[in-house]
Amino acid sequence: MAHATLATPVGAGPATQIDPDDIVAVPLRHPWRWFLAVFLLIGFVSLGISLWQNENINHPTITEFIFNPRILSGVVLTVVLTVVAMLVSTVLGVLLAVMRLSNNPVMNTLAWLYVWAFRGTPLLIQIVFWGYLGLLYAQISVGIPFTDFTIFSMETNTLIPALTAGLLALTLNQAAYSAEIVRSGMLSVDEGQYEAAYSVGMSPVFTLFKVVLPQAMRVIIPPMGNETISMLKNTSLLSVIAVLELYTVATQISSQNLRQVELLLVVSCWYLFLTSVLSIPQYYLERYYGRGKARTLPPTPFQRVRALLGRRPITVRRTESQDAS
Amino acid sequence: MTIEAPASAPVEPLLSALKVRKSYGGVEVLKGISLAVNPGQVMCLLGPSGSGKSTFLRCINHLERIDGGRISVNGELVGYAQRRDRIFEMNPREVARQRRGIGMVFQRFNLFPHMTALENITAAPIGVRRINKQKARDRGLELLDRVGLANLAQSYPAQLSGGQQQRVAIARALAMDPKLLLFDEPTSALDPELVGDVLDVMRTLASDGMTMVVVTHEIGFARGAADVVVFMDGGVVVESGPPEVVLDNPQSARTKAFLDSVM
Repeated sequence: MAHATLATPVGAGPATQIDPDDIVAVPLRHPWRWFLAVFLLIGFVSLGISLWQNENINHPTITEFIFNPRILSGVVLTVVLTVVAMLVSTVLGVLLAVMRLSNNPVMNTLAWLYVWAFRGTPLLIQIVFWGYLGLLYAQISVGIPFTDFTIFSMETNTLIPALTAGLLALTLNQAAYSAEIVRSGMLSVDEGQYEAAYSVGMSPVFTLFKVVLPQAMRVIIPPMGNETISMLKNTSLLSVIAVLELYTVATQISSQNLRQVELLLVVSCWYLFLTSVLSIPQYYLERYYGRGKARTLPPTPFQRVRALLGRRPITVRRTESQDAS
Repeated sequence: MTIEAPASAPVEPLLSALKVRKSYGGVEVLKGISLAVNPGQVMCLLGPSGSGKSTFLRCINHLERIDGGRISVNGELVGYAQRRDRIFEMNPREVARQRRGIGMVFQRFNLFPHMTALENITAAPIGVRRINKQKARDRGLELLDRVGLANLAQSYPAQLSGGQQQRVAIARALAMDPKLLLFDEPTSALDPELVGDVLDVMRTLASDGMTMVVVTHEIGFARGAADVVVFMDGGVVVESGPPEVVLDNPQSARTKAFLDSVM
């Protein structure tokens, strides 16, 4: 009784008067957390200082080139490549996933072959392949096979310049990965959802777009966010076919001024910035497709900030039961 | 629950099943089921689990393909088209069209979780029937009111109790104006105190003249609402007839044993 950690007001009488509802306990101490944190802090600070004071890094070069117009144009092209390749590959991926899950054996096999081929060879090789397509086919013609009839014919290098080849390579490769992600999302939807949709007379296609895909999205979006970030960084591989994206531009500059490390740091800053920005739309997409799953949605970062500032309460009521009339 | 039909003309059954057979991987679960339900009638299917009653129900709207026999609803073969003396498999769009006339309520509700209660109800009328959005909404609210949930139109299924979800599911099935409603153990997944609300809605539907086939373990419901009670076991119909005969004076020893165990 004398060593009770359940504190009682001094002089309030014997310890039997402890209110069992209140526990005023000394919190558990975590000395090792403090030790580890301080240890790591010292490590990172000294690493930072050694980098900053490294005489082999010319800091003015970084500040000079971070907003250089050529670098900026590279940034723009990188973003455009990422967005276009992701959008087109997602559409292709959905198509492939649906084909893969269909009962049609021809479609099924075709989709399987596609994924097999494009996932089974390195992206770098695919990029070079599309870049050098002109060596394989000097001309591209559309017509009826085994006859002389052609609708149109064009030089391969005119029809597919480096930029198009790069975009094609990224898109077709990504479609194979996206197809598997979409397929796993579709498989996560309960069989009962198909039955319910069919029982109210929905056709398979209508069911796919209105019932299955919206639910699959919840599962699809997090890995797709991952893929988008990979895509952003994979655009740098297009330097092998001289597409003027961020990394290519940086290597061109550094080959003139011989400041390789500085320009790599410039490029890394931009990639880090862009990948950070990309996680914002992902957050809101997840929120949107998570509707109906959680009883109440978590607050957005903005709502959290506002709540911290005390302007409005943090509880977000998504559904106010409306009056029916 | 009287069947209003002129005594002179014999009633054409709304649902008729003839020697329906169905196997799963060599195991025959339906061994020649023959049944008929007249318009406005309520038929309750009773039987132990594994007796084939749910499978039979799912065959009625072609969620399962039958291996033999015939099922027709409203005089039309289900899932097949007969031209002269040959039977053709229907394509998915024709099957979908046919299913619009047959509503179904599932044991596990199967509401669309990403849609509100009202959207669940209006999705098919708007998307499949191409009914004007406002009209579908009004009708949806009217149906929600009918199942006693008018104030929960904007709720998502996850925010509703099991009993409320099942009533939304009934409203969803009703929204397509089906001629026939199928219930697959509609109260089996519910907490006991929520069963009553769902059964009340079903009783109201029955007394309003809806034709219903109900797979259930609720003997009380079968006694009160059914015109015909069918007892199934081992993929065959053991006995069928009015509830006072099958439930109170069963002829088969198998039926007796089953009723003794559930009552």
